[in-house]
Parts: sequence; structure tokens; C-alpha cells
Amino acid sequence: MPETNGHDAPRVGFYVCHCGHNIAGIVDVAEVARFAGTLPNVIVARDYKYMCSDPGQELIITDIREHRLNRIVVASCSPLLHEHTFRVATEKGGLNPFYFQMVNIREDVSWVTENHDAATHKALDLVRAAVRRVAHHRSLATKHVRIHPDVLVVGAGISGIHAALTLANAGKKVTLVEREPTIGGHMAMFDKTFPTLDCAACILTPKMSAVKNHPNITLWSYSEVSEVSGYVGSYTVKVKRKPRFVSEELCVGCMECIDACVYKEGKTPDEFNQGLSKRKPVYIPFPQATPQVVLIDPDTCIEFKSGRCKKTCVEKCDRNAIDFKQKEEIKEIQVGTIILATGFKTFDPKRIPYYGYGKYPNVYSSLEVERLVNASGPTGGDLVLRDGRHPKTVGIIHCVGSRDRNTNRWCSRTCCMYSLKLAHLLKEHSEAEVYNFYIDIRAAGKAYEEFYDKLLEENIHFIRGRVAEVTDWSARPEEEGKMIIRVEDTLIGVVRRVPVDMVVLAVGMEPQADSQDVRRMFNISCSTEGFFLERHPKLAPVDTFTDGIFIAGACQGPKDIPDSVAQAGAAAAQALSLIDAGEVELEPNTAYVVEESCSGCKSCLNICPYTAITRDETRQKAFINEALCKGCGTCVATCPSGAIRQNLFEDEQIFSEIEGLLQEKESVLTGGGAWRAPA
Amino acid sequence: MPEKPKVAFYWCASCGGCEESVVDLAEEILGVVNAVDIVFWPVAMDFKKQDVEAISDGGILVSLINGAVRTSEQEEMAKLLRRKSALVVAYGSCAHMGGIPGLANQFDREQILRYVYEESPSTINELHTRPQTASPEGGHTLTLPEFRSMVRTLDQVIPVDYYLPGCPPVPRMLKAALDTLLSGNLPPKGTVLGPDTAMCEECPRKESKPADLAYTAFRRPHEVIIQPETCLLAQGVICMGPATRGGCGAQCVTGNMPCSGCFGPTSRVMDQGAKILSAIASSLSAKETEGIDRTLATIPDPVGTFYRYGLPGSLLRRKIADHN
Amino acid sequence: MASTGMKQGTNGWEPRIVAFFCNWCTYTAADLAGVSRLRHAPNARVIRVMCSGRLDPQFVLDAFARGADGVLVGGCHPGDCHYMEGNYKALRRVRLLQRMMKDMGIHEDRFRLEWISASEGEKVKTTINTMTERVRALGPLGLPERFAEWDEEMDGLAHAIAAQEEAVHA
Repeated sequence: MPETNGHDAPRVGFYVCHCGHNIAGIVDVAEVARFAGTLPNVIVARDYKYMCSDPGQELIITDIREHRLNRIVVASCSPLLHEHTFRVATEKGGLNPFYFQMVNIREDVSWVTENHDAATHKALDLVRAAVRRVAHHRSLATKHVRIHPDVLVVGAGISGIHAALTLANAGKKVTLVEREPTIGGHMAMFDKTFPTLDCAACILTPKMSAVKNHPNITLWSYSEVSEVSGYVGSYTVKVKRKPRFVSEELCVGCMECIDACVYKEGKTPDEFNQGLSKRKPVYIPFPQATPQVVLIDPDTCIEFKSGRCKKTCVEKCDRNAIDFKQKEEIKEIQVGTIILATGFKTFDPKRIPYYGYGKYPNVYSSLEVERLVNASGPTGGDLVLRDGRHPKTVGIIHCVGSRDRNTNRWCSRTCCMYSLKLAHLLKEHSEAEVYNFYIDIRAAGKAYEEFYDKLLEENIHFIRGRVAEVTDWSARPEEEGKMIIRVEDTLIGVVRRVPVDMVVLAVGMEPQADSQDVRRMFNISCSTEGFFLERHPKLAPVDTFTDGIFIAGACQGPKDIPDSVAQAGAAAAQALSLIDAGEVELEPNTAYVVEESCSGCKSCLNICPYTAITRDETRQKAFINEALCKGCGTCVATCPSGAIRQNLFEDEQIFSEIEGLLQEKESVLTGGGAWRAPA
Repeated sequence: MPEKPKVAFYWCASCGGCEESVVDLAEEILGVVNAVDIVFWPVAMDFKKQDVEAISDGGILVSLINGAVRTSEQEEMAKLLRRKSALVVAYGSCAHMGGIPGLANQFDREQILRYVYEESPSTINELHTRPQTASPEGGHTLTLPEFRSMVRTLDQVIPVDYYLPGCPPVPRMLKAALDTLLSGNLPPKGTVLGPDTAMCEECPRKESKPADLAYTAFRRPHEVIIQPETCLLAQGVICMGPATRGGCGAQCVTGNMPCSGCFGPTSRVMDQGAKILSAIASSLSAKETEGIDRTLATIPDPVGTFYRYGLPGSLLRRKIADHN
Repeated sequence: MASTGMKQGTNGWEPRIVAFFCNWCTYTAADLAGVSRLRHAPNARVIRVMCSGRLDPQFVLDAFARGADGVLVGGCHPGDCHYMEGNYKALRRVRLLQRMMKDMGIHEDRFRLEWISASEGEKVKTTINTMTERVRALGPLGLPERFAEWDEEMDGLAHAIAAQEEAVHA
């Protein structure tokens, strides 16, 4: 640890960054540098175009050596972006990195202020505060914690599967937790994928079985994370394993029990088929389900309801896999990093009643159509409507629950492309006339625009306009028995009525219903709409504000399969880089008790949610376990006699910041008492 | 025989308890009297202002001044003694932090005068006469000190070298302080001459305090039969001990009453009231505004509770009229 | 007390607001406001703390005593604290402090606690704007100026003593 003359009089080097025009366009940076030069303790004050660049950092390093600086202040962007950069430069100059203080004059000043004078004025106040503060900085040792090499991946859709396989292939032990009885997520329900039209199952099921068979992956399906504690490198996770009432170890997925069930026909809407078919109380979501294990639904099984079933399923199973007494289990695991890939839910089209979903049987959601055109779907791929007819005309309505102030404002990014795909598949399956009702066609992606071009040549109709309503009120003989889509065709400026046999609602993507609970459990943030919030939209798209927790796929925002897989790979790489580094640096912002100042009054003991504070009963003083302290500083503010302090956020540092911010107008404070803490 | 060091005692706005505490040195006082030459002590000896004026500047080794500063006369005497003394000690809570008289800083000057001279139930004053700083009488002008707009701590009027806390200070600490000051081996200027840990350290009930208090209501001492061996905070009675400098030997708690904070905060704390407020509020049970407010409503007078001895010396000093 | 304690007129006066923002929610939201170019009143000066639970009531009082016209505290929404419960502690302290400050005559609009999550850049903007306007309507608090003005009453005596001294020595 490079140690320097921290106890000598402060010699401050001050640097203000132009950030091109980002700062210098609003803030008078020359004035800021001039002003800083007049402040006590400031030895060097400079402005420079890009402080974060190599030459910018070199300025700091050289000045430290040439001017014997022992404190550094940089006024530039947010400390959340570049504090680390400048601490490293400070350290390279030979100082302890914590003799550095950053002033945010970009996010907090130039980007939010119109008036040049006001912006410069604000910058000067902030600079004065930082220069005062840095005088009270102390040399600190960086904390290191070991990273447990195991990883938890939550959610086993395509993102979670890909992340788990990437990690497992790199030799890491992965626990993959999936809430549903099978992995595969939404992708497993799809028929084909845009724009290549390769079959979803053909590309997904090999990955599913790779997950199942990988020696480094523990797959817990039909399970949910129930509790998370700890911190980066050392998380303790509790997982609730819901009872299948079928032993996962014994069942081989022969499905004979399903045939043997006393119910000859299914009576419960099949979740996987979006309710388009019925399943029995004993079932398997779909033939390629992974794991290949059936489960029993206690809500509909006669044995659970009455206890008087003949239990033909049990008789049939020669492996005795069925166990009505199976109980929920809570498993506890230790991991160092976590990847959340909890996916999305589709928009509920009932929320837009004028599109007739739930009212007219032949109005379908796009996910239902995925099942309907699927060869392994409820109709074996035969496009037969709920009323038994085959459609001659189909209307696909885009942006249902997307780009709409009444529902969701965001673009769900996938609906244009999957609508094009469905248009192609519907035409292929039925020779029907297919109309697309769209606002814009968003086909930004590799080979996406080309796919759109191809469809234009397939005689698919495109009508530009947001659909007003779907109705069965016929106005002309040719509309009899049909549903009529009313829309303004904005390209020709005419209100049209398009009679169709089938309506497909291209529903948008939404956060999972329990995304708020999940993010609380993992201590991460959500954006306003409820998708998980990335640490930085550009530079840290799979990181979160909680170290060691990463996000991938549609839980972060609507995205298609290629983007989800790319993100999953990125999240796995981020986890790997932590694991392979072996340890991670933590901010040394922990609290500590100054023992001779502590009266042992116990005011702090119950304040710490991490039980980091205990009382040494022989010495009758409080003691903070640094390994457990996460550095919030709540106990510091609580301690009624000022005996607890917090590294990087000492009372003196904050008081001097307050003083610096307000100094400009301060008049002589007479008296004030000798008990004022020395500032 | 060399000249004995000169010592002065003076009282400003105070109750006289500080003077009593000097007398409470009991036989020790004889030692003090032997060691020093008391040149001024209005409460006990007949000296006049002129006697002090006659002393050369800096000629008094130490002046121990108690009481808050409310009038122009107190200011004048404080300034005179400052000039004549090498060292000034703010003696007792009132000089130290404003003390009980400092609670008057919750009212402005006009409110106080009006109440005292016109509105209080025992007052009959049909002419609405108020004291005047100068009133002609039989060809002379009679004068009275001016009643200032607020109560001040001693160090808001003159520079103070040391502080001896307490309402009143305990004789043991006075003796130790005098010994220190007479020894010439002086602590840094501004030092409060007492221990620098909170009172709880010496409290006999300390071990009975549970770690988790989770307050749902507070009770004032007269509303509850105080258990003699249990921490007062654990009984829901606000005790300032955790935020108050020790040194008193936990006298109030020993007398089955909560600490009310007369020794002021430790050296690491600027505002005693703010700190005890923080510690107590942090341990409330409620988590939502309504429940929090319900619990806090059982503290009827936060300023009088948390700043009983320290209002003038607190960060805000006095009540203000914020907006017109 | 008719005097507001202000020496200078209110012309050209701008409210000065000290803001304590928690690192994980409100400070991040303020960054987001910046990245989104949500321009707002330039009157707030942010001090970053790790958690609103670090808010020592002394910070608030000291800010006022040193000339702040308003103090704003920003933390994570209830249930969202990065440190589990720091924001509840902040809320409790703030409620008691608000009562105490009201008793001391400071208008309640000068001290505000807001829950602002990391995604609520817009709320940073509206909070700072509305608070600035409310404080502007109240006018300056100007405690340092008031302190100085109050202490002027002692100057007369100081002058009288000086004159007396001069007379004695003359």
C-alpha cells in the first residue's frame, strides 16, 4: 500500500474536465479552475479536455510527483462512472487512492442546467465543498473478499439456459432454478423463429437436454428462490422445491401414468398450450419437457380432493415414482454470483376490450397462435379456429399493449418481427389472406428488413393505422358472420372496414407480475415500467447496482432471442471474470467503533440489519464486525455520543462539505461552543 | 512569600446552584482558599466592580463564570472579567450551553416582557409599565440593564478557555479542574473538563437495557412508576444519558429519575438534542409515517426534552419567525 | 419578530438547497436525470451518502445554521432500501426533526424527505423544482445573517466600554 504524508498539511491538486462540450459548453471551466486555485490548500488547478483519457490521468500522476500533492480533486462526471478511474490515477501517482474526491459537474450540473452563470455558480459551490472535504480524507486499505466459484441462475428460458451452459462449459458449478415444471420458457412454445424460420424446438431442445445432462449444472425445476442473503462473492440462497408428487429420481418420463389416469380426458386448461387444450391431473407440460418427469396437480387430482381415487396411475408405474406424500423442500446453497434471467409476461389483451379478446372466440393472442400453428401443438399444426372453421382471412393487429399511452408506452421490439413470421406461417398453413395492421414496421436487426421484403412479395397485406375496434356488427352482406376490423388506413386517408375470420393480437412484453418481489429479494432496482434496471444503459448493461448480481434477457427489457442470448453470454462472462479474479475489491466504507469513546449504551445494536454490531460483554463496548458491515452508515448517524465513525463518510468530511457548499454567504459565526466538532 | 494566584467567581443568569457547588467542596474549600487569592465573588464576599477594574489586565489567573448571558450587565461583567483574566472557565450548564434560562429562546423578547409584566395571572399592571433602561427620577436618571433579545452562552459573548459542565458541576470535578489549572499543565483550549464518554458508561442500570427497544410510546416520569433497577429507556422514559457527557456519577438515575442532559454532549457531537433525537427515533417500532407520528406524539415537547440545557448553544440557537 | 434578519434585499436572491441523496436510489436517479437532460432548477447542491440512514439530524441543522434555505433528503422507497431498513430510520428521524424544527419556527416546507428510486429521474427534476419554488415563496431563511444581526445588540455595549476605557486612559 503506497502510503504518503497524509498527516502533513493538505496539498490539493484540482482538475476540471471539459468533457468536450458536455461540461465546457455550459460551465465556464476556466473560471472553475481559476476559482479553485484561490481556495486554501490548492497547489495546482487545471482544466483539461478529457480528464478520463490517458493524458488527463497522466496530468494527475505527474503533478503529484512534481508538486508533492497529497490530495486530488477532479470535477467531471458522476462518481458512479469514473471515481474508480481517478482513484487508480491517484494511486499511480504514489498516493493512497482514497485521498481523492470527485465533483459531479456533468450529470448534476451541465446536463441539467440551462443558464451558464447558474451552472458555473453551482460548480464553484460543489468544488469548494470537495476541496474542503478532501482535507479530511484518510488513507484506507481496500477490502478484498473471496468469490465463491458457484453460480446461481434464476430462470431457465433461453437466456438462463444459455448463461448456465456458458458457465458450466467453463467449468463452473451452476444451480439453475426454474419456476415451471419444465425449462425452455417462452421459446419452447414457439413454432418457428424469425427471420430464419428455423424451428424453435430444433434449436432449443438440444440446449435443454445439454442442461439436463451437464455434470456442472444442478437443475431445479418447479422451484423458486425464497430468500437471498449475503454479498458479492458470498451469497446464501434458499430455494423452495415445490412437490411434484412424482419422484424426479425414479420417473423416466414414460407417461404411462398419464394414460392410466382415471380421467379418460383432460379437464384442466393446459398451461403450456395457452388453454387451447385440456390436460389431466397427472401430466407433463409437453413431450420434450425437461426434465422428463411428470407431475400431479393437487388441485384437480381426485386422490388429493377426496382421498378415494383408485390410483390407477400408481398401479401403472412400475418404478413406484408416484408419491402423494411428497412435501415442499427448502434447499440452501452458497454461491458467489447470481444471474437473473426471469423473463417476461405477455400483455393481457383483455385490458383492451374493444379488440374483443375473450368476447369473440376467434380473436387470439399471438402466443396462442404460436401453439396453434405448432406441429406439436393442440391441433397438430392444423389451423382450425375455436368454432371449428378454417380461416379464409386473418387480421394481425400490431402493438397491442405497446406504444400506447393507455397501456404500455414502450415498444416491445419483437412484435413486428413475430407478426411477420406469423403472417408467413398462417398463410403457409391455410392459404388465407393475411392483413397486418401496423403503426410502423420496426425491422432493425440482421436480416430483418430482408425478411419484411420477402413477405411483401408473398402477397401479405399491410395496412398502416392503429386499429379502432374489432366488432361483429356487420354493415354489408359480405361482412355477415365475420369480425370486422375498423381502422383508418393512414396511407390513403380512408377509414376501412376489413372483414376477417380470425384476429391475431400481437401482444407486447411486460415485466413478470412478481418482478417487484423478485428485485426486492435480490436487492436490485427496477426501471419505472418494472423491468430490472441495469447499472449503466450502455457501459454496464448486464450489471446491476448490487455487485455480483447480473441480469440477462427480457427481465431487463423486451428483447428477441438473439439479443437475449447475447446478453446471457455477457452476464455469464461478467460472472466468470469475477470468479476467475478469485476476489473482488470492496469499498472500504465500513463503520467502526472508537472504543475509548463508546459508553456501551447499546443504542446501535439493533440498528444494524446485518447484525454486524455486537457488544463485547467484558469490556461493555460495541464492536463492529467489518466483514458483516455493508457500509450504510445508519449506526453512525444513530450513535448518540459520536463514537461510531464511517470510513469515506466521516462526520468531519460531511460537515466540511456542508460548510463548503454554503461558505460563500457565511458571516462570522460568533461563539458556537467549544463542543463543536473540530472541522 | 510569592503572590498567590488570583481567582474570580461570577454569576450571570443562573439559579445560584453553581455557587452552592463551590461551597459543596466542603472542607476542601479551605485548601482552595489557601492556595489562591479570591479577588471577586459577589455571592460570598463584598467586592465591587471597581475592585475588578483596578486589577491589571490579565492579572486574574482564572475567572469561573456561571450562568447564561441575558442582560447587558452580564455582558459587561463577562467582558470585564475576560479582559482581566488569563483564563475564563464557563462554569455549569448555563454558561456552557445556555442552561435552563436558555429555554426562554423559544420565545421572543416581547412575548416574555408582555407575559411577565402584563399577562401573568399574578400581575396587576394597569398602566402597562415595563422596566426601562433609563428613567428620570427626582432629577436623576435611574438605569437598569437591558434585557437582550435572547439568551446566550458565555462563549457567544466572550472567548472561553475551558468548560466545566453540569447543573451544577460536581465538586469533585471542580476540585480536579482547579488542580489542573493551578498546576500550569493546561489542556488544549476549548476542552470540556470532564470525561469524554456518555453517561451510560457509569450508569448502574446500563446492563438492564435490552438491545432492541422498538418504542411504541414514551412516558414522562410522572406518568409511570419508575422501576428502580431497569434502564429508563427500557421503561419508555426518555433518558438523555446516551447523548450526555458522563462525570456526574449518574446522579439523577441513582435518584430514580432520567438523565436530562445537563453535562452536554461529548466532544464529538455538535448538537446534543439532534443526536439523542436521532438515536431515539431510530429505535421506533413503526415503519410508516402514521405509526411513527403516533409514537412521537407521546413526546409532547421535543425542544424542551432534547434541549433542556442546550438551546442557546445548539445549532439553531433560538426560535425564529421564519416568514411574514 | 418582524425582522426577517436579512440585511440585503431579496432582489437577486436565489434559494440554496442542500440535498442529501442516497447512493443507490436518489443519487442514481439524479444521474439519470442528467443523462436524460431533464433540466431543472440549479438551486440544489447534492451531498452523496451511501444510505439515507446515514442522515444525521446534525447535518440538517448545520446546513440551516450555515445558510441553507432548504434541506432535501432523498432515499429509496419503503421496502427498497439497498441496506434493507436504513430509509425507515431516516423517516423516523425526519418526522421527529420536522416537529422539533417547526417548534423552532422553521417552516415545514424548508425540510423535505422524498423517496426517489433509481429510475425516477423525472421525480428528481420535479422534486427539486417544486421545492425550489416553495422555498422561493418563503424567502431567505438566512440564519447566519440573523445570528449576526442578533449579535449586533452587543456592539453598542462594546463601543460604550471602549469609549469609557479611552476616557479613563486619557
